[in-house]
Amino acid sequence: MKTNEEAKRKYEEMVKNASPNSPILKNCVIAFFSGGLICTFGQFLLNFYQNNQFSAEDAATLTSVTLIFISSVLTALGIYPKLGKHCGAGTIVPITGFSNSVTSPAIEFKKEGMVLGVGAKMFLVAGPVLVYGILASMLVGVFYYFGGR
Amino acid sequence: MEYWNAFWVGGLICVIGQILIDKTKLTSARILVLFVVSGCILGGIGIYEPIKEYAGAGATVPLTGFGYLLSKGVKEEIDAVGALGILTGGLKAAAGGISAAVLFAFFASLLANPKEK
Amino acid sequence: MEQSSKRIGKQTVRFQNPVNILSAASTVGPKEGEGPLKEYFDQVITDILYGQKSWEKAESRFVEENMKLAVKKAGMSMEQVDYILCGDLLNQCAGSTFGIRALNRPFFGLFGACSTMGEAMSLGSMLIDGGFAQNVLLGASSHFCSAEKQFRFPLDMGTQRPQTSTWTVTGDGAVVLGRKKGAVRITEVTTGKIVDLGVTDANNMGAAMAPAAADLMMAHFRDTGRGPKDYDLILTGDLGTVGRELVVELLAKEGYYLDQRYTDCGIEIYDPKTQDTHAGGSGCACSAVTFCGYYYPMLLKGKLRRILFIPTGALMSPTTSQQGESIPSIAHGLVIESPEKEEY
Repeated sequence: MKTNEEAKRKYEEMVKNASPNSPILKNCVIAFFSGGLICTFGQFLLNFYQNNQFSAEDAATLTSVTLIFISSVLTALGIYPKLGKHCGAGTIVPITGFSNSVTSPAIEFKKEGMVLGVGAKMFLVAGPVLVYGILASMLVGVFYYFGGR
Repeated sequence: MEYWNAFWVGGLICVIGQILIDKTKLTSARILVLFVVSGCILGGIGIYEPIKEYAGAGATVPLTGFGYLLSKGVKEEIDAVGALGILTGGLKAAAGGISAAVLFAFFASLLANPKEK
Repeated sequence: MEQSSKRIGKQTVRFQNPVNILSAASTVGPKEGEGPLKEYFDQVITDILYGQKSWEKAESRFVEENMKLAVKKAGMSMEQVDYILCGDLLNQCAGSTFGIRALNRPFFGLFGACSTMGEAMSLGSMLIDGGFAQNVLLGASSHFCSAEKQFRFPLDMGTQRPQTSTWTVTGDGAVVLGRKKGAVRITEVTTGKIVDLGVTDANNMGAAMAPAAADLMMAHFRDTGRGPKDYDLILTGDLGTVGRELVVELLAKEGYYLDQRYTDCGIEIYDPKTQDTHAGGSGCACSAVTFCGYYYPMLLKGKLRRILFIPTGALMSPTTSQQGESIPSIAHGLVIESPEKEEY
């Protein structure tokens, strides 16, 4: 099987040469500005809520909720995927991307019913985020409880 | 100044994600997981707190901020109730965001149909 | 065991009875209807849902309407069809089975991923040559949205597509084969083997399938003693720009030189500059509608005399990809001729 492995290795090289790369510089610039703008807007919301008698913590939660709401609406209107095509990580990494990844499967799988479609598939993409986020938080908690305090 | 810091730090965190997408072929689902876990660990070891102090929403809006929130929640809950906080703290802190996502996604699925790209 | 005289090599058969293409029909979605081949398709459906409630139902409607159209164009009734052979990309070939459910004809469902049109034409030809059927209706379909839903992410998710990725063609291509005299006939079939050179990137299907196409071409040239120059056109299914380049390179290594007479349906069907399709078109319908809509009429008019048509398919599933498997691929070759003089 040695020749076979050799052929695969050689072909991998050929594929690399033949495949166009993503325009990474352009993508990064767009991701920087779009992601930066979403965060700036988040800062605006944070200030707004804090100036309206909300505690720092509540203002932070309300900021997240507002961004999640806006992203959900833009997803339902089909605008968020269009932004995502250009902005890449700029619209995936902010919390709005999380919201998009919850709303889009809910819409996509509604034809399969409210329970097995919307209900079961809502966290198709975002489920792992919660699973590993929660596990990581418990790991942090264990270290904090036994050592870090 | 506050806005500028939020802008450039938030933008930079997204650029890290973009480089990962373009260079490693990681799908966006994996990127999201990576960012939440990284944020949580960085929060756990106390590195994310100063970034948040400096950048505000620039650090809390990206998903690393969601991870940071989980770690902060766990710590606060442990301080308040002890060991049980390991189990309850993370989700408690993140409950608002998660519940909001479920609610809005549910209504969106009632009102909207999938669209061609 | 004695070799049947119809076999002319390890992978190739030559028909002794005429296998004629009596008609070809193509129905495509809105994006294909804006592409460079828009005026050649029989029907352009501007509603991607085709008046249905889901992507899957829409794909089935593409199948049903186009199958009926192919039979109508052949001047026949559905009752004259002895077999239907068709397939698609959806699980359990749902697009095809629900599409032809109401047609009430004997049916073989096929899965060859995007090579399905080649598989269907190969088997259909054998049914005719073998004397098992007078007329065979065959086709292949795909739908951008149902494929995205099954293989990738929900449509409304904001993801970026890499430069090597291809765009699944929405539509159905169908052909009626028959014993009755016709101007265009299938004369030889070369059946492909599964080839896997270890590509795992599902966003670079052209690269995954190129070795299968190259392997098929070499087997065909070896079996028939012909070379690339014996064809007016060599047409692969959905390799796109990346895959085409690799096929040319792979064949050059073996001493076969492909020139501009070699192209790929995935390259022809979209304009990457204005349609944002990146490396080209893909999906079962890619080769099916491009052949039926654009190249079959050229054969019919005698603008092409002999072509080698090679639909290509990537035979992975989302599950195998998640388990880290590479992408096994296949290609099927058909020699389609439009002879100047009656030979039979």
